[in-house]
Amino acid sequence: MKNFDALSHPHRLTRLNRRQSTLIVISLSVIFLLGLLSGGLLTSDAGLSTNLTQRTLLPSLEHPFGTDWLGRDMLVRTLKGLTLSFGIGLAAATASALIALVLGLTSALAGRHADIVITWLVDLFLAVPHLVLLILIAFVFGGGTTGVIAGVSLTHWPALTRLLRAEVLQLRSADFVQISRRLGRSRWWVATRHLLPHLKPQLLVGFVLLFPHAILHEAAITFLGFGLSPHRPAIGVILSEAMRHLSAGSWWLAFFPGLALLVMVRVFDILGENIRLLLDPRTAHE
Amino acid sequence: MLLFLAGKTLRLLTLLVAVTALSFLLLSYSPIDPVRAYVGADMLKVGPEQWARIAEHWGLDRPPLERFTRWSLAVLRGDLGISMIFRRPVLEVISERFLASLALMLTAWIFSGVFGFALGVIAGMRQGTWTDRLIKWFCLMLASTPSFWLGLLMLMVFAVWLGWFPVGLGVPAGVLAHEVTLADRLNHLILPALTLSIIGVASVALHTRQKLVDVLASNYVLFARAKGESGLRLFWRHGLRNIALPVITLKFASLSELFGGSVLAEQVFSYPGLGQAAVQAGLRGDVPLLLGIIIFSALFVFTGNLAAELLCNLIDPRLRLKGNSFEKL
Amino acid sequence: MTETQTSIMPLLEVCNLSISFTQYMEGLRQKSLQAISNLSIDVRAGEVIAVLGSSGSGKSLLAHAILGILPSNAMISGKMRYAGENLTPESQASLRGREIALVPQSISFLDPLMRVGEQVRPSMRNGNSSAIQREIFARYHLAAGTERLFPFQLSGGMARRVLVSIAAATNARLVIADEPTPGLHPTVVKETLAHLRELADEGDAVLLITHDIAAALEIANRIAVFYAGTTIEIALASDFSGEAELLRHPYSKALWQALPQNNFIPLQGSQPYPDALPPGCLFEPRCQLSSHECKAAQPEPRHLRGGTVRCFHAA
Repeated sequence: MKNFDALSHPHRLTRLNRRQSTLIVISLSVIFLLGLLSGGLLTSDAGLSTNLTQRTLLPSLEHPFGTDWLGRDMLVRTLKGLTLSFGIGLAAATASALIALVLGLTSALAGRHADIVITWLVDLFLAVPHLVLLILIAFVFGGGTTGVIAGVSLTHWPALTRLLRAEVLQLRSADFVQISRRLGRSRWWVATRHLLPHLKPQLLVGFVLLFPHAILHEAAITFLGFGLSPHRPAIGVILSEAMRHLSAGSWWLAFFPGLALLVMVRVFDILGENIRLLLDPRTAHE
Repeated sequence: MLLFLAGKTLRLLTLLVAVTALSFLLLSYSPIDPVRAYVGADMLKVGPEQWARIAEHWGLDRPPLERFTRWSLAVLRGDLGISMIFRRPVLEVISERFLASLALMLTAWIFSGVFGFALGVIAGMRQGTWTDRLIKWFCLMLASTPSFWLGLLMLMVFAVWLGWFPVGLGVPAGVLAHEVTLADRLNHLILPALTLSIIGVASVALHTRQKLVDVLASNYVLFARAKGESGLRLFWRHGLRNIALPVITLKFASLSELFGGSVLAEQVFSYPGLGQAAVQAGLRGDVPLLLGIIIFSALFVFTGNLAAELLCNLIDPRLRLKGNSFEKL
Repeated sequence: MTETQTSIMPLLEVCNLSISFTQYMEGLRQKSLQAISNLSIDVRAGEVIAVLGSSGSGKSLLAHAILGILPSNAMISGKMRYAGENLTPESQASLRGREIALVPQSISFLDPLMRVGEQVRPSMRNGNSSAIQREIFARYHLAAGTERLFPFQLSGGMARRVLVSIAAATNARLVIADEPTPGLHPTVVKETLAHLRELADEGDAVLLITHDIAAALEIANRIAVFYAGTTIEIALASDFSGEAELLRHPYSKALWQALPQNNFIPLQGSQPYPDALPPGCLFEPRCQLSSHECKAAQPEPRHLRGGTVRCFHAA
């Protein structure tokens, strides 16, 4: 036991200081994710077409991720799948963040009754395991992209709502807000002029950190067979197909796409954590 | 304490009623025709008239509100209806499947708890060292790992390559249920339980580590060091005491994730548990079973949260002895 | 208390102790924080010496340095001797809790989940620890049931007595009290100080770290005035009297004059931050006696009228 950081404000000597490395990590993450995205968008669909002369090939220089039993290039399928995940993640994260923002603000500003209702709603959505809720919602929408986006959005807003509500409650008791209210400013005025600017960092971080969860859940629900149709090159679809070819020893069908998904999720996580480090004054000195 | 329990029960009731009503409402708007679930593979042999008769038999031709009223009255009597795909009472299916899932979840719960705690303690005690960084890195990677993919890797390595375990099916094919031995069951339990355990390690380890780091940075540990305590003795006296409760609480409060994980693991390993039943019910439109599982999973999660709160109230002296301070000596 | 009662050889000697940290600042720079610079002090058996300095000026680090419990990234230089022996990390590890005891600032230094009695007992390594603990609790008028209480159940005064009793239970020869009376009721303050005085009268050396000049004057034999990370003067407690003519350093005089019961003359300016210490005398920017030599170099400590002072102009 050596570190007792609470004792003073000491910091380890490192070659780069914290802020520099944070900025570098953020830039690298963004470049990596944009690279993935453009890779998926720019690659032609040629690799996705059936090519029976190239069936079930081990990874090689020509096909780094190998090919599947229909001769489709697994790298192209994976890239397309990640792009799809990215899109669904974006839609779901945006929807969740919006719901969370509106409910979080309402909960903290619109009086006690609204707060009770919204807190109860949050509890309600957390009462059932996420995956079961996802199955329910996907079922209600009859599967498909809409079902997945709706499902993932509806399962992810509660946590962020809680966070924002707590933040607003804390801000609301701050002096400058109290004074504004005394000066006769409306709740709306206070919300947009005082609270929103303070919530922006939280919201941005929350938004970015929703991605990894959304992407993982999308893949999971698709893997189970509820989400995207089997014709879409989603990672969940790829993996659930790969499962059927496992016993034949075609390990690369599952290994690389899953690993790629892991890396993408991790990079989103790193991006979110580093944005938090950069924006949140409370952790900026840690 | 009684008041506390009464409040909790009331909360459970309102949540359950809301979950049920909302689920029922949502399900009644699904474009998936429940009759198909019942008819299943015989789809082509069933004419429109027969189709209508099946719908009538299940009461599916009635308006949703009436169906809900009838269904909820039945639920109050303890009758969750008949599963369309298993053609057995929902309650029976759930209780049987849950026992299988419970074995899986309990194993994973204990293993992930023990190993996660150990890893977290090691990392926290060596905060800032390479050991700590390695453990943190490992856990963060795990947290980003799709659990079903990890399951696939397990299958690949242990079942396909090494051949230690069967590739699929919870029980050997062609064997009658009562002939399945305990060894068979265990054999099929190991891989999914291992997968779930590994996935569960991450959050426990990270949480334990953070708590321990906070505790070690506290004034009371500083003072303990000033009193000459150090190393394991310090950890034993002050570290363990202060991190155990939050970590156990976390374990109970995260049953929701455990349940979700088991759904995926059961699917990958064809393990005949509740999660697999939920997937089948969802895919094939078995509304009564799906509703039953939703209610049951809500109860499961609630029980975990309640246990967490009760534990805190019973063990933490600051809550247990609230209002019982020096004046009462 | 008279000088004769204190032994000649100091129990603890601190010579030119410096402690610094590196901190990241806004933007991309990092700065070195000189928390304590060239501090020298000696503590003798049977006396209370008070280190008097304003809150948040890093006085606690002195206590942590003596005990050897500074964070690992603290850079430390200088010499410390205990009972004639050099203090090393190893000797500190064996001394703390046995020979050297700490009386901490507040109840937050007690483990919130451990019963009070158990926290007093581990300090004792021989004999029947429970019996000794009860005896000590009795001595400090702590009811028999107190040992079964958790820290949050203690009242302010009881907590204080428990904290002192932990030090008393160790049979330590050196007791370091780090700001032991913050925001307490006057009677509790008086009682706590009396306990510390008692320990000194029994032959212990007591190092009292405080920002409270009244508390220091009440029990201390000598007072070390702490400014910007160093002791600028070590005076007899009796020097703090009248128009401060017996005090040696302009800062000590200003401190005395600023008291309401004296002339109530506030001192202008504020202490320099540890990341921007002046090159010369640390007090120079605020000093009326400031001259060229003060700007150039930090004055070395020198003996004057039975005390020590770091000032070129002191006479």
